[in-house]
Amino acid sequence: MAQILCEDVVLGYEGKAVVQNLNFEVNQGDYLCIVGENGSGKSTLIKALLRLKNPMSGMIRMGDGLEADGIGYLPQQTIVQKDFPASVQEIVLSGCLGRFGWRPFYGKAEKDMAEGNMEKLGITHLAKRCYRELSGGQQQRVLLARALCATRYMLLLDEPVSGLDPAAVQEMYDLLEKLNHEDRITIIMVSHDIHAAVTYADHILHISEEPLFFGTKEDYIKSGIGRAYLSVTGGGRHA
Amino acid sequence: MLEMLGIYFGYPFVRYAMLVGVLIALSSSLLGVSLVLKRFSFIGDGLSHVAFGAMAVATVLDVENDMVVVLPITIGSAVLLLRTGQNARLKGDAAIAMISVGALACGYLFLNLFSRSANLTGDVCSTLFGSTAILTLSRSDVWLCIMMSVLVIMIFTIFYHRIFAVTFDETFAQATGMKAGRYNLLIAVVTASVIVLAMKLVGSLLISALIIFPALSAMRLFKSFRGVIMASAILSVLCAASGILLSILASTPVGATIVCMDIAMFALCSLMDMVHR
Repeated sequence: MAQILCEDVVLGYEGKAVVQNLNFEVNQGDYLCIVGENGSGKSTLIKALLRLKNPMSGMIRMGDGLEADGIGYLPQQTIVQKDFPASVQEIVLSGCLGRFGWRPFYGKAEKDMAEGNMEKLGITHLAKRCYRELSGGQQQRVLLARALCATRYMLLLDEPVSGLDPAAVQEMYDLLEKLNHEDRITIIMVSHDIHAAVTYADHILHISEEPLFFGTKEDYIKSGIGRAYLSVTGGGRHA
Repeated sequence: MLEMLGIYFGYPFVRYAMLVGVLIALSSSLLGVSLVLKRFSFIGDGLSHVAFGAMAVATVLDVENDMVVVLPITIGSAVLLLRTGQNARLKGDAAIAMISVGALACGYLFLNLFSRSANLTGDVCSTLFGSTAILTLSRSDVWLCIMMSVLVIMIFTIFYHRIFAVTFDETFAQATGMKAGRYNLLIAVVTASVIVLAMKLVGSLLISALIIFPALSAMRLFKSFRGVIMASAILSVLCAASGILLSILASTPVGATIVCMDIAMFALCSLMDMVHR
């Protein structure tokens, strides 16, 4: 079965629906981009996928080895983190916390895992550095390494490139592509950057109050909504 | 001078004061790092006012052990404040300001209306700013304090990594299956307990200083969470110990002297940070 299966899901707050009729599925190795206007319910959907919020109706089913806490999440940065004194190593290690039950301290397995993921993302040399002194791109790599410590299957990224300079944006997309291709990690990315979405993703979910489109990238580019949205948001920077 | 200290430390109540002072400083500094980083500094301040109100109620009711009244009320308020902090309806800082100033006013009013004490102003002043209370600790007070401090330190050690995760990134922690709400609750309850304890040492108005100054000083010097926690604990203990010694030698108020040491330490650390850059 699929890793995530959404059936007739309605999401909302205090009895008021924000998104309805959500139907989509995500399979292992997919690269899904969720696009839509501000306030279209993207962040609500993220919360639902992370099981931090229950759908008002419908079902979100997880399968194929993916437990709800098997999703590696890359949140948007918060103000708290901007001046937080923490070393890169401490942050990456904290990704392992979800999986080791009631033990109070990290064991060798967790340390090896953190080290492996730091190496994969090329931040081993930063291990002792202070998080707040890193560049935006480096910070995102640290959070990505932490997310990889929490999962082997799926990354869920919330606007991962917002606030990065163009070079760092490109690096981030390349990195995600590599993880998707080489490690077969499923990627779900919420993004404003529609052009990057159609360049890198293989599936697109376009939501508004109702899902306007779900399908492969190729179909999206041909579809009416895809063409309209692509032309409104300007030239094909990444195409 | 050493001779004089020697004489003073011959008295058990001076030794008790030192022990209790150091333990309270240690526990509050550990919590402080988390509170400051979570932008919860004001919760400590609010709770200390609540503790004053509760203390006033305890005095009026004339209960034998005021902890029985003060501790539950303060912990209850901590839980309440944390709830409102998450609920957007009553904004967190406004709720804190409201509760703290309300508790302060009601506490003072109760004392004025019902207290049979001959020296009301003195009572209020010593509850607010700490006083000789630290020198009149009974054996059971000392044991209570030791037990609570050990408990705080144990909780902190056991949950250290989880407290880090929840402080750094609550959403991520929740996403990996941690019950972040429970840890916030734990932090709030422990904070309330430490504040009630610390009231004896520095008085309710000055407790926030014990919580925030060591953390802020440590953050000037260290760049890892572990480094900040360690430094915060060490600096806090140093300031408390030297403050108590100084207050004995110069016969100054204990609480205010400790806080001044903390301020001096903060200035020193900021200076070192500036020079270092």
